[in-house]
Amino acid sequence: MSAVIEEHHGEHHDHKPTGIGRWLFSTNHKDIGTMYLWFSFTMLFVGGALALVIRAELFEPGLQFVEPELFNQMTTLHGLIMVFGVIMPAFVGLANWMVPMMIGAPDMALPRMNNWSFWLLPGAFGLLIASLVMSLMGMGSAPNFGWTFYAPLSTTYGPASTDFFIFSVHMMGISSIMGAINIIATIINMRAPGMTYMKMPIFVWTWFITAYLLIAVMPVLAGVVTMMLFDRHFGTSFFNAAGGGDPVLFQHVFWFFGHPEVYIMILPSFGIISQVVPTFSRKKIFGYSSMVYATSSIAFLSFIVWAHHMFTTGMPVATELFFMYATMLIAVPTGVKVFNWVSTMWRGSLSFETPMLFAIAFIFLFTIGGFTGLMLSIVPADFQYQDTYFVVAHFHYVLVSGALFGIFAAVYFWLPKWTGNMYDEKLGKLHFWLSTISVNILFFPMHFLGLAGMPRRIPDYNLQFAEFNALASVGAFIFGFTQLILLYNIVKTIRGRNTVKATGKVWEGSEGLEWTLPSPAPFHSFSTPPVVK
Amino acid sequence: MSSTTNRDVYFIPEPSKWPVVGTIALLTTVIGAVNSIHSGSISLMLPIGILLIAYLFFGWFGTVINESMADNYNPQVDKSFRIGMLWFIFSEVMFFAAFFGALFYARTIAVQWLGGAGNNAMTHELLWPTFDAIWPVLTNPDNTKFVAPKEAMEATGLPAINTAILLSSSVTITIAHHALRARHNNKLVLWLAATVVLGVCFLILQAEEYIHAYNELGLTLNSGIYGSTFFMLTGFHGFHVTMGTTMLIIMLIRSMKNHFTPEKHFAFEAVAWYWHFVDVVWLGLFIFVYWL
Repeated sequence: MSAVIEEHHGEHHDHKPTGIGRWLFSTNHKDIGTMYLWFSFTMLFVGGALALVIRAELFEPGLQFVEPELFNQMTTLHGLIMVFGVIMPAFVGLANWMVPMMIGAPDMALPRMNNWSFWLLPGAFGLLIASLVMSLMGMGSAPNFGWTFYAPLSTTYGPASTDFFIFSVHMMGISSIMGAINIIATIINMRAPGMTYMKMPIFVWTWFITAYLLIAVMPVLAGVVTMMLFDRHFGTSFFNAAGGGDPVLFQHVFWFFGHPEVYIMILPSFGIISQVVPTFSRKKIFGYSSMVYATSSIAFLSFIVWAHHMFTTGMPVATELFFMYATMLIAVPTGVKVFNWVSTMWRGSLSFETPMLFAIAFIFLFTIGGFTGLMLSIVPADFQYQDTYFVVAHFHYVLVSGALFGIFAAVYFWLPKWTGNMYDEKLGKLHFWLSTISVNILFFPMHFLGLAGMPRRIPDYNLQFAEFNALASVGAFIFGFTQLILLYNIVKTIRGRNTVKATGKVWEGSEGLEWTLPSPAPFHSFSTPPVVK
Repeated sequence: MSSTTNRDVYFIPEPSKWPVVGTIALLTTVIGAVNSIHSGSISLMLPIGILLIAYLFFGWFGTVINESMADNYNPQVDKSFRIGMLWFIFSEVMFFAAFFGALFYARTIAVQWLGGAGNNAMTHELLWPTFDAIWPVLTNPDNTKFVAPKEAMEATGLPAINTAILLSSSVTITIAHHALRARHNNKLVLWLAATVVLGVCFLILQAEEYIHAYNELGLTLNSGIYGSTFFMLTGFHGFHVTMGTTMLIIMLIRSMKNHFTPEKHFAFEAVAWYWHFVDVVWLGLFIFVYWL
């Protein structure tokens, strides 16, 4: 046994394993984090391409490029890829890179399981995207029932590829659950001496809570797709009234997963903003403990608001009122967070590097998305908004200019730490301004479209909606191609020619354990635990 | 930043092929499963996938057991494993929660509404006038599509015996655990073997009950919402008992090989926790599926 240990000593003096095996067999949190991030970035372009097909079709009324059947597949796969293939893996990638460094650990608690969590994703998305490729080659339809796959569209009327979709969701679920267990074990068990819970950086806190949400709801998603599988092929009648079941049952189980999922996709971004804003305000975060309690409250409330997605299904009025008030309550802890970010900036000595710009845009644009959420929570108003572009505008404000902008901020914020090189600030600012302007051209008109009654998920529309749709499509193409600037900037920073070397501290105002390590951070973060005072 | 695998401080495993093997195994299995469903006969990929999963379990757990027996693990690793198992079991609880939720929703809402409760009088009147909102549902809204069962499954008889069996197995595994901690290896093996036997008995009786349901009661997966919830809940539970019994058998073999010490026996405890979890789920099933 001691011989084995000796061998380890030799191998791990920051000598990375080489070749493809380094990635396939990795037990290193940074390599696995890098794979997650590249996977997510790749999927961003795939999902983005589908979105551009949708926006091209909607540029003017009438059917131009895609048939309605293919249009349905575009909206479905766009949603599934962006939710499960972009936002969630990007967050797990960031957690992998940053959580061990922020709590003073050498790696994640369960490194082999960590690698399995990652490698399940290419498998799952391979299955899903294969069904789209086959559909384009004329061999049956890809999933076409929207990313929420409501029964009976996905049971009685689902195409054959639905079964591949079901197992693909199972694999994503296994991946997420193992990833979440790993993050929880790491945070509970691997913190450096003196790193008490209430000293943990907010990003670690938000991920800690997100991981609990994941473990609680991903199995419910697995349950609902299993019921679908059995309804489709083995004669059960969970979602079929003819056998005493109910299609609305599908919506209840799905949204019991789906609503916490919404917070899974935003809480880590809250954490990122809570790291970025203090750094560039050169102040400590305002109201640290209230941030922790607000995040916990949001997580708790997320479990008792699911039916606000289903106000028009014919629930009893008392139920609708309960879910309306519970939903409105979420505005309180969210408001606490926005207040704290603004208060952190108050009288700080601000500077506006790209991460800070994205963080400030996040605060503005996420708040717009939050307010439209509040509008949607009002039952009588929701009867009007349900299934219109107003809903589309709402959740794209929170997911694109919210979650995704948070990820952009994180990438610019930590890229110098990861690579040892500063990114190109000019290109970063260009990326920021083009993204922020175009994202508003893209999604703001959708509010008006929705209020005027334009339905979601329809490839054609009435003439009165033409101007705003054309405008949104222009914004979509600018936003989509702008992301190539980010790709170029990242590649340039990694290659490190004509770039400035980053110091360990990187930013003037940076605080926390990750900045005590050199840039680029060593292959294994802390081989002996640092002591936190 | 000298070495990382500083055993006194941290343990980080070597690069490992098992995660990639796991992905290939799962992919093969699910593609095989879908192909089998679509073609109506077992596709070759399905058994190959399942064999790969078995290979994965033997290989991955074998690696971990070897590392553990070689004393490579420090108490921190042990704690990480414990946290991992604990939250894995919690995720399993939530999986069952989805099916229990479906059961409660069907009983208290879906079936009642089909029978005209709340503001659904016209649903009943116009769509399913012959439907009676009683649980267990013995006449479906549409009996041509879903063949209703002749009778409901009784709680006395096999289910009651099975409850007694699982409850006793929780006692026997606890006795085995105490024996392990007191270094009484023979006693450990004996009581663990008893637990395995009880697990197997449960599974045999469960199979018996399913045969009874299909042949005599006409209660099948296809007999409407009662059959759907009954077989999905008891079926997934039965699958978990099968997994648990397999794990217990592995623990029995490892006990006979003297793998466990009073200080270090995480694998045994993990299996015991899992077994208790399976037991608690059964109590929920017995109360809400069979009894009430």
